[in-house]
Amino acid sequence: MKTKPVAEPSTRTQQPIVTGTGVLGIKYNGGVMLACDTLGSYGSLARFRTVKRLEKVGDFTVVGASGDLSDFQKISSMLREMSTSDSAYDDGCNMTPRDIHQYLGRVMYNRRNKFDPLWNELVVAGFRDGKPFLGAVDLIGTMYEDDIIATSFGNYVCLPLMRKAGTNLSKEEAKQVMENCLRVLYYRNTKSSTKIQIATVSAEGVEIGEPFEISTYWGYSAFQHTEYHGKRL
Amino acid sequence: MFRNQYDTDVTTWSPQGRIHQVEYAMEAVKQGSACVGVKSKTHAVLTALKRSTNDMSSYQKKIFKVDEHMGIAISGLTADARSLCMYMRTECLQHKYVYESPVPVQRLVIDIADKCQGCTQSASARPYGVGLLVAGMDQTGPHVYYNCPSGNYYEYKAMTIGARSQAAKTYLEKHFASFENLELKDLVKHALTALKETSQNGDINAKNASVAIVGIDHPFTTYDEENVQQFIDLLDKDEISEGATKTETDTAMQE
Amino acid sequence: MSSIGTGYDLYTTSYSPDGRVFQVEYAGKAVESSGTAVGVRCKDGVVLGFEKLVISKMLVEGSSRRLLTVDDHVGMAVSGLLADGRQLVNRARDEAASYKEFYGEPIPGKVLAERVAGFVHAYTMYWSVRPFGASVLIGGVDKDGPFLWMIEPSGLTYNYFGCAIGKGKQPAKVEMEKIKLNETTCREVLKEVARIIHSVHDDVKDKDFELELSWICEESGWKHKMVPKELAQQAEEEAKKALEEDMDDE
Repeated sequence: MKTKPVAEPSTRTQQPIVTGTGVLGIKYNGGVMLACDTLGSYGSLARFRTVKRLEKVGDFTVVGASGDLSDFQKISSMLREMSTSDSAYDDGCNMTPRDIHQYLGRVMYNRRNKFDPLWNELVVAGFRDGKPFLGAVDLIGTMYEDDIIATSFGNYVCLPLMRKAGTNLSKEEAKQVMENCLRVLYYRNTKSSTKIQIATVSAEGVEIGEPFEISTYWGYSAFQHTEYHGKRL
Repeated sequence: MFRNQYDTDVTTWSPQGRIHQVEYAMEAVKQGSACVGVKSKTHAVLTALKRSTNDMSSYQKKIFKVDEHMGIAISGLTADARSLCMYMRTECLQHKYVYESPVPVQRLVIDIADKCQGCTQSASARPYGVGLLVAGMDQTGPHVYYNCPSGNYYEYKAMTIGARSQAAKTYLEKHFASFENLELKDLVKHALTALKETSQNGDINAKNASVAIVGIDHPFTTYDEENVQQFIDLLDKDEISEGATKTETDTAMQE
Repeated sequence: MSSIGTGYDLYTTSYSPDGRVFQVEYAGKAVESSGTAVGVRCKDGVVLGFEKLVISKMLVEGSSRRLLTVDDHVGMAVSGLLADGRQLVNRARDEAASYKEFYGEPIPGKVLAERVAGFVHAYTMYWSVRPFGASVLIGGVDKDGPFLWMIEPSGLTYNYFGCAIGKGKQPAKVEMEKIKLNETTCREVLKEVARIIHSVHDDVKDKDFELELSWICEESGWKHKMVPKELAQQAEEEAKKALEEDMDDE
């Protein structure tokens, strides 16, 4: 008896390809700060060294992304188009950081319902009407706001450090916290790098800094004595 | 008999560059009873005169709430207005779903205007036969817009449409300059006084008048029947002719 | 126009016996009774101006804008029926956005003008629609520098150094020809545009008007923006002064 050829099942994105790791966001006195490294990893290969993962949207918002970088490029182009048409109205009603956060939540949730998610964890930072905004959206459309946010591996490694630092920080102090967190993340995460980028949003507007190198120190005894790794001391 | 050959299709230009069908649609706006829209720095107010076809029928609704921050007063074909209103409500909900914030008033007004324009350029449609006064509140403050069947829209400090609205317009033109800094109560009073000018027997009462208010910390609310009496009472204390002359001397003194 | 009223002018799809499409010409009449739009392409950018006739003193200042933004680098001036013109602006916005999505760079002026013109032209081809009662100026800066295009209701489009449409286009063009457009800057030309619009305005027939001015140049960050209020006012005052001096000379 002949069997009918069975059609292949349709497939969807089942994993990210070129990825970025943790994005950190923290509120400080008078603004919000985002920080992340600039590495685009292909699996565990450090494939692209300088990929910018912080995108300015309109005049008061920055969006940072971890996860699949091509998906983030798509999201960026959507946001750019949206902000162009928003400013074309020129009616004094510009999109707030909260608007953008909600919009991204809807996009991500829609895509996950099609079983075809945009594979990212996004952090939205903004400052509007004297108030800071910090929110996160993930690939299944979960949304939340907080004073500190860390995505991806940063969620495990950096969040406790940020929590310890608190949010009663000057801009300079916040920057120190971010650098330190990303340094620790680099020590612990094979998909991190030491080339990082920091963005701030405050009453003065959005400022996205150029990528720069952070220092490392490998002289700690725990790093030297690998025989103890994974053992309870 | 002379017959205008150019006035039967919305897709036909007259030699003077006019579209008669659109102009006729604008006439339909003048058939409806009047509405007035005014605004101050803090509030936008709509008033409208309701009609009933006979003693046994109810009064025809003139003001529709669109969302918490916006509503319309209509003049012309009510059925057209209801379908536009439904569109506006859907757009507001859609915007709230996507952005979790109210739609900026002008953007929805432009949407409606574009929709109206579409019906002026295609032979398979007729233009909407209704004018909308849109009152709304957004980040940039209170607004009053007039949406015309032609697809034009205008932002006004004070405006009136509908039957005998010319009388109300004359009143508004005389007083609108002072509206900006008025208290809500005084603003409503002006809006009702202007409306009174359009009433055939000079009578407006809790039965035939509607008031709607939107403003800072004041979601769009319509007042009808017993709820509108409080505003009607504002008028009764101060007879219209007297009030008009008094404010006239006031403005004269300012000049 | 001997064929008027003979039945060859009722539909866009009819030619008259001498080969004209009257409906398109009539649509053009709607533009000729509208406020004047002036566009100037200078050596360092583009300036657009519009004589916005004010139909009521109760209107909010600055409403019913005639100079609209299409993309960051492109502006459009609408003369004729604003409602029709807005459709063209919307179309232009869509074209600009889709070009950017597809090619990753801003749409060149020529491509944009030709695409919008194609859209306008389509409305002169079918019985079921009417031609647009609006002409538009498209001004902006692309990688080849400043550009200025004008689109007519027929769907024709041309590239200009200086162009005027609407009621006062003839005298405005005469005035514009006196300026060496290639040698002037946007800053300098502001008051000229203001002067031209003031000079073509008919005080008797049309009551009041609001002058709209927009530009794209280095000072505006290479974006289409309304000219800042103070600058626009200054240009308008200088223009009025220049006009008064002209009057005195005569």
